[in-house]
Amino acid sequence: MRLVQRRPLPSRLARVRSGGLLPLIAILAVLLVLITVRQPDFMAPPSLMSFLGRSAPLILLAAGQYFVIVSGEFDLSVGSLVTAQVVVAARLIDSDPSRTWPVVLVLLAGGLLVGLVNGLITTRLRVPSFITTLGMFLILVGAVYLWSNGAPKGGLSEEFRRFGRRAFEDVPGLGRIPYALVILLVLATLAVLLMRSDFGRVLVAVGDNPRTAELSGARVHRTRTIAFMLSGLAAAVAAILIGGYSGVSFQAGAGLEFGAITAVVLGGVALGGGRGSVVGAMLGALTLELLFTLMNFYGVSGALRPTVQGAIILFAVAVSTRRSTSR
Amino acid sequence: MSGRGGRAIGFGGLSTASLRSARPPVPGVFVALAITLAVGWLIVMIDGGQLFNQATTVSLLHVAAGLGLVAVGQTLVILGGSLDLSVAYVISLSTLVAAETMNGSDGALLPAVGLALTVSAAVGLLNGLLVTRLRINAFIATLGVGLLLKGYLDNGYDGPAGSTSPTLVQTLGYQRIGPVPLSFLLLVAVTGACWFALTRTRFGHHLVAVGGDPEVARLSGVRNERVLVVAHVLCSLCAGLAGIYLASRLGSGAPRVGTEGLYDLESIAAVVIGGTALAGGRGGVIGTLGGVLLLASIDAIFNQLEVDAFFKQVIRGAIIIAAVAVYARRSMRKAAI
Repeated sequence: MRLVQRRPLPSRLARVRSGGLLPLIAILAVLLVLITVRQPDFMAPPSLMSFLGRSAPLILLAAGQYFVIVSGEFDLSVGSLVTAQVVVAARLIDSDPSRTWPVVLVLLAGGLLVGLVNGLITTRLRVPSFITTLGMFLILVGAVYLWSNGAPKGGLSEEFRRFGRRAFEDVPGLGRIPYALVILLVLATLAVLLMRSDFGRVLVAVGDNPRTAELSGARVHRTRTIAFMLSGLAAAVAAILIGGYSGVSFQAGAGLEFGAITAVVLGGVALGGGRGSVVGAMLGALTLELLFTLMNFYGVSGALRPTVQGAIILFAVAVSTRRSTSR
Repeated sequence: MSGRGGRAIGFGGLSTASLRSARPPVPGVFVALAITLAVGWLIVMIDGGQLFNQATTVSLLHVAAGLGLVAVGQTLVILGGSLDLSVAYVISLSTLVAAETMNGSDGALLPAVGLALTVSAAVGLLNGLLVTRLRINAFIATLGVGLLLKGYLDNGYDGPAGSTSPTLVQTLGYQRIGPVPLSFLLLVAVTGACWFALTRTRFGHHLVAVGGDPEVARLSGVRNERVLVVAHVLCSLCAGLAGIYLASRLGSGAPRVGTEGLYDLESIAAVVIGGTALAGGRGGVIGTLGGVLLLASIDAIFNQLEVDAFFKQVIRGAIIIAAVAVYARRSMRKAAI
């Protein structure tokens, strides 16, 4: 639906800052209560820390997706990018610890490169990003299967895997802090700072009304391309964490693009651009992860999980949309 | 660029410019199709094969029939400024409903087809109501409905179930007139009906108006919500029909046939390659038919050349992007004149 109301920018920015996140925080609270009722231990620092560490990849992907969505585009390629990165990492490292850091750099560069290509095709060749990133999805999946002849080869080194599975042990008061959580906190802070910088404001303006932004001197193409590159970078970091936590498989990133987009929308960010905050997007991802955990604790069978997930997403988005239209 | 008519900003596009170009599109996709077939024919011949023999043509048209039925329905919702990501699951569901109701007997053929289509239409109605009444973004609404169906399918079925009636297998599944399968004729008929509905009926004009600019359409007296709901029901019906066709090909219901065939994303790709704007308001089903034939031809050519399946997917992705890029350039140049 394209009933985007055009309002003057200042009032909209103010609205994003204010109560936009309230419904989401309410949902988060309800989920937390439901989980605690079932599993009181969940709120104990060690398990909470582990949970946050496990959630880091989706939260990072949601932040990356947020940059793209708020600028008015889509990135459907992130799931396949994660898969490709994990498989590539395993093959390049080939269980040799000394190759860990070079491969990490290769992955980060690869993520930026895929984002750059997505961005250039979308902005320079004017292909809708839905199609650009869908094509990229097909290309990456096909290429990674082709390159590995249908079965992942090589292996990750322990040095590589520690990012996703190790933690600072024996931290007073908290027990253990997963490396993934530290990485998440650092990058999330950077993301928030970025959105408060000039770049962040231009990004939102570009998504809100590209024509106006262009006439006001914003470089629309460059801004959007950078957004895609940030999404690719987020996918690379997520791939490093997922590879460490769950190991190498062709399913490593399956469906993550829809997970990230869902998280962003749950976080109150409008598809089509120009509205919503990066904090909301990341909280949306956290909500989604809590939902999965809740279903685990309540013993929802794996097969039925999508149904529950779908129903709750529809409900949550319907509620938040009603609130924003009635306001 | 933004003011010049050729762009689609996700689904929240701007539209005063796109109304201007609401003329019946001349689908350039058919030029691309002809070139692809000519080049493909040449390459296959150099390779020592024959692209246009009976077997290849028949299988090309069969591939086109399945994807085409879905894509024609998808065209309707995209024209209206919406989209449907649940079609893949509707297809799987429809194969199961049809095959299980038939259970191998001809007697239950008509009730089974009726039931499969009813179930599909109900899903479309749900999609439409979520998008219009609850104002959920179509991307999320149909993704959510798709997840609902996925859970039902994953939970209830591990593999093929039911059995398609022999008569349906013999007719819709395998009967053909010369090299043209009955199913392809069905696709042509459905495309014709949709073309008529879009260009000659009030519903069609209203749908394009809603896709072009919902606000202007509403102020002009169009009942946006009703039009969009009808479009969603028709889209799901088309997906249901594709499911019945697939059930007739496979001989049973298949719980993952829709997702494994990537029918959701490929149908959207076919629509866009066919020249319909992703933001809505511009395009048509004839172009979509061309897009479907183009994708099916590429498939047939690669099969003839025995290209690696994974490599095929890489090329497919590149071709989808390239085709749409060519379109974007064309519409840009036209707008500049």
